[in-house]
Formats: sequence, structure tokens, C-alpha cells
Amino acid sequence: MAEPREIIIKGATLVESNLERRADVHVVGEHIANVAVDLEVPSRVLVLDGSGCYLMPAFVDLHTHLREPGGERAETVTSGSRAAALGGYRCVVAMPNTIPAIDSAAMVEYLRALCIDTLCEVGISAAITVGRLGERLVPIREIAEHGVRIFTDDGRGVQDDELMAEALRVGRELGVVIAQHCENEVHAHGGQMHEGRWSSALGIPGQPSSAEEVMVARDLALVRDLDASMHFLHLSTEGAIELVRRAKADGLLITAEATPHHLSLTHAEVATFDARFKVNPPLRTARDVLAVRAGVADHTIDAIATDHAPHSPETKDEPFECAPPGMIGLETAFSVAYGELVARANLRVPGDLESPTIKIADLVALFSTNPARIAGVASAGPPLIATGNRADLVVFDPSERWNVRLEDIASRSQNTPFAHLDLTGRVRHTLYRGEPVVIDATAQR
Amino acid sequence: MTGEMLTQRNLLSIEDLGRDGILEILHESETFVEVASRRMPKVPALRGKTIATVFFEKSTRTRLSFEMAAKRLSADTLSVDISSSSVSKGESLRDTLETVDALGVDAIVIRHQSSGAAVLASRWVQACVVNAGDGQHEHPTQALLDAFTLRDAIRRSRGVSAEDLSGSQVTIVGDIRHSRVARSNVLALSALGARITLVAPRDFLPVSVEGWPIEKVTEDLDSVLESADVCYLLRIQRERMADAGLSDLREYRRTFGLTVERAQRLAPHALIMHPGPLNRGVEIDSQVADGPNSLIRAQVRNGVPVRMAVLFHLLGASREATEDIGNRRG
Repeated sequence: MAEPREIIIKGATLVESNLERRADVHVVGEHIANVAVDLEVPSRVLVLDGSGCYLMPAFVDLHTHLREPGGERAETVTSGSRAAALGGYRCVVAMPNTIPAIDSAAMVEYLRALCIDTLCEVGISAAITVGRLGERLVPIREIAEHGVRIFTDDGRGVQDDELMAEALRVGRELGVVIAQHCENEVHAHGGQMHEGRWSSALGIPGQPSSAEEVMVARDLALVRDLDASMHFLHLSTEGAIELVRRAKADGLLITAEATPHHLSLTHAEVATFDARFKVNPPLRTARDVLAVRAGVADHTIDAIATDHAPHSPETKDEPFECAPPGMIGLETAFSVAYGELVARANLRVPGDLESPTIKIADLVALFSTNPARIAGVASAGPPLIATGNRADLVVFDPSERWNVRLEDIASRSQNTPFAHLDLTGRVRHTLYRGEPVVIDATAQR
Repeated sequence: MTGEMLTQRNLLSIEDLGRDGILEILHESETFVEVASRRMPKVPALRGKTIATVFFEKSTRTRLSFEMAAKRLSADTLSVDISSSSVSKGESLRDTLETVDALGVDAIVIRHQSSGAAVLASRWVQACVVNAGDGQHEHPTQALLDAFTLRDAIRRSRGVSAEDLSGSQVTIVGDIRHSRVARSNVLALSALGARITLVAPRDFLPVSVEGWPIEKVTEDLDSVLESADVCYLLRIQRERMADAGLSDLREYRRTFGLTVERAQRLAPHALIMHPGPLNRGVEIDSQVADGPNSLIRAQVRNGVPVRMAVLFHLLGASREATEDIGNRRG
């Protein structure tokens, strides 16, 4: 039998929870064999340079569209998992809005069979309602028995009050996560961007912030009444953040996520009419961006999730109103969040400087520990980077400035709002189950 | 100024022109009004150029006046009829435009139901792009012909050679929120010094007018009638009545229509404008539309020379072409 693979990551600063320390990490096979300062390097060992870098528990994305089955032109499980590895992820939760939707145990098993040899773990989520039509519940109990922990109709909110109440009751009973795409379709009235200054100037139908806030408010009322729990997907408005903040203060069992784009870009980007800037929920005002950042800083937001939504080039090469909403994000998420929230680089939003700065350890919570807990894939710890634990690790170089070049993107789609921009900090190496899936920002398979 | 103008390749928004660009086009339009009065109303300025009109939306006056303008400049014209084109077979906008472009046309005049379509077109094709109306965004040639018509009327009535529209109070009434004509006119008329008031039921006003170069927004037409030098009415669509909380067109007319009674309260010199097509008896009464202060016919008439000026401006502003116009003069 072959010797297990051995890797030593040299010279990095280990970051997790409130801990920051210099140490080398020795990985043997799938696990961490030793964590110590100045480890000796035997000759047969692969050495990954970590000098000047942060070494962190690899990330977990709660919100990824892998598009398989049905959308293989835009992404596949393989291409999406490669993009995830390049972004430092060891697990992504695949959204169920595939064609057909993941709304039965059979579809769960079908998708699971596709997820072989991926460069990260694929967590499978399922729809709340059959076909995501918002009419009747999927067999949540049966699907949960097949290992599904997150249920969502993402892309659409569950509009019907009683149906959502029923889903929350079942979720409470089974201990699974009901995750809501907060959009009231009556209030959104078909709007293609945020309703405000730019929708008015550009003549594009807008959807008001209230479309999101009405849904958050209703769901909070249901959670309170039913003593249930819930996860709020991609919050984007000041009002929604404030509602969740107050509900958490009242002790409700809720969690919430925000996307990198909602904490870095505003609706002013749409003035280009470039459909890369079309996303749902839409890019909003600078004030909303600052509110999302404040929510991240004060733990109203538990996780930063990408809402990685690949679309093939021809679908985005249409007039803004005709193109589908969505942006890719796996390969840029951590750099964007680091640049905006920690390093204070890349500042594009008016008023940026007034928003609070967070620490790199806070980002670890937002990208690793919190989403892992919500997705039910948390490892033993803390500390996570410890002898005997699985070697799911990411090495991030905070000083590298890099340009987001379309030809370098591993996703099958190129609909990134950060194309051609310089970002601060880059994922250098990713280890998944001890395998160096990314070395020097290059996917190894 | 001319040198700067020569580099312009597209007309997508009034913002592309600025005050100087607008004035230059109005100035060129005067030349083409004169051309139209000749026994042979045609100049060889764009001889050898080909102009394609690609309209994805129904249109009578805009399309006809662009084609007539092109023909009077001696350009060849192509017109893509979308109902019989590959678009009906599912061809994308980009492929359709790139196909027209690959034929080697010099300019594409595009109308499309989506805001921003002309901007995207200009990124996809080599030809000059003229926006003939994109969704609810802009309709810049309409605003240019409106500015030209208005300036001409002011010059005639005052007997002075006003360079711009300074001092004029222009009141725009109607479904401003959904109107590309309103967006372009606000930009163009204000750039020329007009003070603009927007009047509409609340749900026909833009959600935000932040950054709009306007003086006033009101839901009360009667309160601003007397101060208006120009009353610019927009076409009202029956199917939008419910959006504005109005029961029917009659209710709209009662509150926002320029009826005979309201027109009597306008200043004697006040001018009436409308981009057409008219809903007679809804946003405007027939007697007002056809009355002595109405510029509606002149707006249509000026569509041709102003669009000639736009096409000439983008395609033909070489010395050679300029001489081609001059040689025929006199």
C-alpha cells in the first residue's frame, strides 16, 4: 500500500475564533498530524509556503447554485466544486432550483450520485414546495431521512402564509433548517432592479425594499408564534437587517446570511445596463450596503454566503430586463469580504469609511464556523486546526493584489460583477480532506 | 467644438450630447429645414452610406421620419421587419444586430422595448447606433426635435433670435414614470435652460427624481397652469390606469387632461406640445390639439430635418460632405 500523502504548511499565521498564532501544520493523509512552531521538514513531504499568509479552517458556503441537473451549460457539479476550491471552500450547499427541482428523495439521490470526485463536499438542499411552485410541501420527513438538512425554495419566496407555517412546524419537529428567499411577489411587482433613484433614471421597473421587508416581517411573526427556527437567505435592505437584529435580541432562533455583492456594490452599477449587475435581491443603495456591513459587524448576520449563480454568456448578453438574475461569487467571495471589511481596500461605496472594520478572525466565523454549524457540517473543535482533525484548510495571502480576469475563472460562467477589478488578498492553497486541491491559486484537478 | 463632435459615434442618450452637442444639432437642423424647402429637397451628403432601421416595436412616425431623413441625405436604407425576421425564430438581439452590422451598414437606428437596448447595441456593433427609443429609458431624437420646434416657435413669437430655451417654464404632464420621451426631454430642455415642472398622479411620477434637473413636481395641474409657457402632454395608456389608482381614462381627463376649459386658463402665449400618437379627448381635447398655439404638427414636420441633422452629425461631418450641402445652396 502506498504511503499516505504528507504536506507541511510552513510559516503561516493560524486564525480561528479569537486565536491568532504562528505555527506550521503537518498533514498526513486526510488528517492533521501535528501543529507546532518550526516543524522539521522530512524530504518526502510536500511543502506549501504560508509565509505572510493566514491559515484558516476552509470555508463553507450556504448558498451555491451548481445548476446540475438541467443547467449544465452554466455550471456543473465538477466545475462549480473547482471554483469553490479556488475560493477556499471545503463544502458548498447546492441550491435545489435545478431542472427538475430537488424536491423528492429520488432527486436527492440522483444529485448525490453526480457528486463524485468533486473538489469539495457538496451539501444537498431540497425545495420546500413541490417544483418550487409554492403550492404544496415536499415530503420533508422522507427527504430529511436521506440526509438533507436545509430546505428552501430559493429564487422564490414561499408566498403562502399557511404553507410556510406548516413548513416551519415540520422543520421544528425534525430539527432541519427552513431557509427563506425573502421576496413578497406582490410588492416586488416584477421589478428588475432596486426601486429608487437609478430605476427611475434608467427607466427599468424596480422592486422596492418593502418587498423583502414584508416577507422578513411575516416570517419573523410565524417563527415567534410557532416557536420555530429559520434561516434568512441573502438579506439586502436596511429594514430587513434591523428586523432580524431586533428579533435576535428577543431571543428568536434565527440565522441570517448576506452576500459579498450586497456589502460591496450599489444599484448605481446598473447605469451600465450590463446584466452582470442584475441579481435578486437586487443591488441596493449605499445606505443599505452600510446597513449590511453593520449587520455583519454586530453578528446580526451569521454567515457570508455567495449566492453563486452562474448563467451562460448568451443569457446575460441580453437587455437588462430580459436577462436572468444572478452573479457568480465562489472565486472572489473571501477576497471581496476581506478587502471591504478587514483591509478597507477596494472601497467603492459612498460612506464606506464610516462602517465598522472587523478582524480576520471574525471573517473565519462568517465563512467557516457559523455556516458549518448551520449546514450541519461542523467539525470537532475548537480548535479546528488541531492534531487529529480533518485537514480542511485554506491559506490566504492578504497582501496579494490580483485582477479578476475572465480567462482565469474556473466556473463555466463568467457573470462576475468584479470582472477586471483588482481585489485585495487571495486564496493561495486549499486542502480538502488532506488533498491539496489548490496550490498557488491553481486548481490541481 | 466641432472637432470634439466629430469623434461622436452614437446617439444613445441626450447625456451623450450635452448643451453644446444639442445646440450643434439644432444648428444643423436649420440647414436641413432650408434643404426641405428646395424644389429638390435632397443633398448628397451621405451618398454611399447605408442606414438600417431595426425596430422591435411598432412605430409609424419615428421610423418613417428616420427613413425619409436618410433618403434626403442620399443614404441607402435597409429596414428590418422584425415580424418577418429571424427574431421570430428565437434569434437573440445581439445576433440580429451583429448580422445587420456584418452586412456593412454605417448606422443602425434601433428601437427596442427594453431600456438600455441601444447602449448594448453600441457595444456589439461597429456601425454608429442611434437610439430611436429604448424601453422606458430614452428617446433622444424626439427630445431634439421637440427642442428644435420649441426654440423655433419662441423665436417666431418673440421675433428674437433666442439661442436656447432660457427662461421658459415647461410643464410636462402625464405618465412620466413610464415615458422615455419625458426622460429625454427633461435632459434636453433643461440643458437648454428651460425650467421644468412635472405633473402627474403620484403613481405616474418617478419613484425618485434625485438628480433630475427639474424645478418642481406636483400632482395638481390646475395650480401650475397659469405659470406654464409650454404645456407638454404625454400619451396616456389605458392599461396603466389601474396602476395610478384611476378608474378609467375619463377620470384621468378630469384631473390631468388639457381640456378646452383648462387651456383657457393658460397664458395667451403658452404653447402646446405632444409627441404623438394622440389620445384625443383623454390627455388633450381635439380643439386644443388643433388650436393656434399647438406645435404638434410642427413637431412631426421637424422630425425629418432634425433626424437628418443627427445622421449627418454622426456619419457625415467631413469637410467633403459639408461642401455637398453647401454646393446645392442658393
